[in-house]
Amino acid sequence: MALLEVEGLVKHFVAERSLFGRALAHVKAVDGVSFSLDTGKTLALVGESGCGKSTVSRLVLRLIEPDAGAVRFDGRDLLSLDANGLRSFRREAQIIFQDPYASLNPRMTVGQILTEPLALHDLVPAPRRSERVSELLRLVGLEPRLARRYPHEFSGGQRQRIAIARALAVEPKLIICDEPVSALDVSIRSQILNLLSELQDRLGLAYIFVSHDLAVVKHIADYVAVMNLGQIVETAEADTLFAAPRHPYSRALLSAIPVPKPRAKSSRIVLQGEIPSAINPPPGCRFHTRCPYVVDRCRSEMPWLVADGIGHATACHRTPELPSSEAIVPMDGGFSPVLEKLVAAFSGGPEAARGGGVRSLGAAPTTP
Amino acid sequence: MSTSPLIEIRDLRIRFHGDDGRITHAVDGVDLSVANGATLGLVGESGCGKSVTSLAIMGLLPKQSAEISGAIRFDGFDLLKTPDQTLRDLRGIRLAMIFQEPMTSLNPSFTIGDQIIEAILRHRGGSQRSARERAIELLRRVHIPSPERRIDEYPHKLSGGMRQRVMIAMALACDPRLLIADEPTTALDVTLQAQILELMRELKAASGAAIILITHDLGVVAEVCDEVAVMYAGEIVERAPVDELFSAPQHPYTVGLLGSIPRLDHRAEQLATIEGMVPNMAQPPAGCRFAARCPFVLDACTKTSPPLLEVGPGHLSRCIRAPLELLVS
Repeated sequence: MALLEVEGLVKHFVAERSLFGRALAHVKAVDGVSFSLDTGKTLALVGESGCGKSTVSRLVLRLIEPDAGAVRFDGRDLLSLDANGLRSFRREAQIIFQDPYASLNPRMTVGQILTEPLALHDLVPAPRRSERVSELLRLVGLEPRLARRYPHEFSGGQRQRIAIARALAVEPKLIICDEPVSALDVSIRSQILNLLSELQDRLGLAYIFVSHDLAVVKHIADYVAVMNLGQIVETAEADTLFAAPRHPYSRALLSAIPVPKPRAKSSRIVLQGEIPSAINPPPGCRFHTRCPYVVDRCRSEMPWLVADGIGHATACHRTPELPSSEAIVPMDGGFSPVLEKLVAAFSGGPEAARGGGVRSLGAAPTTP
Repeated sequence: MSTSPLIEIRDLRIRFHGDDGRITHAVDGVDLSVANGATLGLVGESGCGKSVTSLAIMGLLPKQSAEISGAIRFDGFDLLKTPDQTLRDLRGIRLAMIFQEPMTSLNPSFTIGDQIIEAILRHRGGSQRSARERAIELLRRVHIPSPERRIDEYPHKLSGGMRQRVMIAMALACDPRLLIADEPTTALDVTLQAQILELMRELKAASGAAIILITHDLGVVAEVCDEVAVMYAGEIVERAPVDELFSAPQHPYTVGLLGSIPRLDHRAEQLATIEGMVPNMAQPPAGCRFAARCPFVLDACTKTSPPLLEVGPGHLSRCIRAPLELLVS
């Protein structure tokens, strides 16, 4: 059974009210989104700003109330939970945000920040809490003595580690990562991504990973759902999607990824026109105003998400007739052999460099 | 490159005097040059000095707190010794800059037309009417749909990608010889990023302007730059033609950066990481500034600061262990 099942989720925000408070216009932020997620797996939600990916992640946690749809977590119907039930659910699902500066209280020490959830949910008896805090800090690669410090004394990457430790404090099964590495520098970003995968392996966590960085998504996700204007237009296993995206929107999105290889072969599709407003999404297929393959039917009839035999689903009338998309995603062609060795030596530390021996990049991290 | 450079920076040093009396060495002995029509990528992480370098070129650093030395030769001027009035004329006509966040660089209480026309009248003169026509023409050049109508709109009515186009149109108003673009696509989605990069390439081909592109995204660099300078802790640590940098980098920091990017072609279980932290620039360490984080470090690295030396044609590295191939062969 899936850990999380989402069905027909809808959320419309009121964009404009009349003098008497009657709603005049709605932003259709999320309009009929369904997916499921298994324990220990990562689902990435991708799409342009305003496509509804962050709203979906908040609906799943019931941080905002959906207008329609169903969310089942571990067999329980989330939308019918009362305050108590919701509180115990929050112990099983946590969220980390993009901005680690804004998500930690500057007036609390790291120790206090991490103790709070333990006390709130009465998870660990008071005398053993500081021990648990040390354990959590070690888990995210920080030294336990840092518990006495305040958030401003840490760098961005370290703060994101603290935010992750806080999410882990309640031993959740699901963590929603909303752009967790977007505000971080490249070298720090890789540390946090490594940490997230390590923790997933060790603790069997499921992630919903919201990101606009598609190379990062390719690296971390098992499944990907591509969203456009409040709807999922394509969903598949990450490797399948990146090998051959089907929906014209996914094609454009994936073809636009800049790859760190000069003169990389690419067949970039540059979309013309602007993203339509979610207040008045276009009728029919919501992508038709920007779609290079548009036909009359797309302007009037909304396509449904239809899955093939291996669970690769696409919402496009023209799926079977579109040209092959195998060469759409730009290839970085890998590193030159010398660079490959250098990177391995760089990760392997001084011994590897000095001895000329190369340790595999996939070497398991040493667990304390 | 054989042609004489359009801009040449020699031994640029920038120090900031903080309120508490602390001195931060933001840029420490940077040498750079860009030829006519070339695109130089300036790469590095937060605080490495890349944006400060570009602000120094534009003459936009606060005079009270920034102490600048060295020389920036551009078009027969030394920009560091040019009087403010002349500098104001140079900016706009020959030098232009676009920033990461277009909303904060546009005045919300004027229409985009007013703002572009102001730039044209200020630097080129002419009648209001001809300036308006030129503004519409510029908006058309950056592919803004129905520019005759859009010109009278206010910035808040435009999307992020559209605003960045307006900024580019404004920067191009007087056909600058050098365009500095500071993270121009960082705030944009990939689809818009692709549009803006395409546009920059197109405009460069049409006008022959040189571009300095400041970014932390090596993917963007690979796509639009001819040459790359990698900065770390206020210094240039490596400089190379773009193909060279991505196939055979000669500084360990560049190797670490390349290794830490997730790749599309194959899935590594673990990405490379650069351990440790950027040194405190109030007291830069003796010796190589990357030494504390470098897996290839030797005792000699921590003693004296390594010079930026040529390791191949047009390829410079500030590392005593270069060529790095020898470390793994």
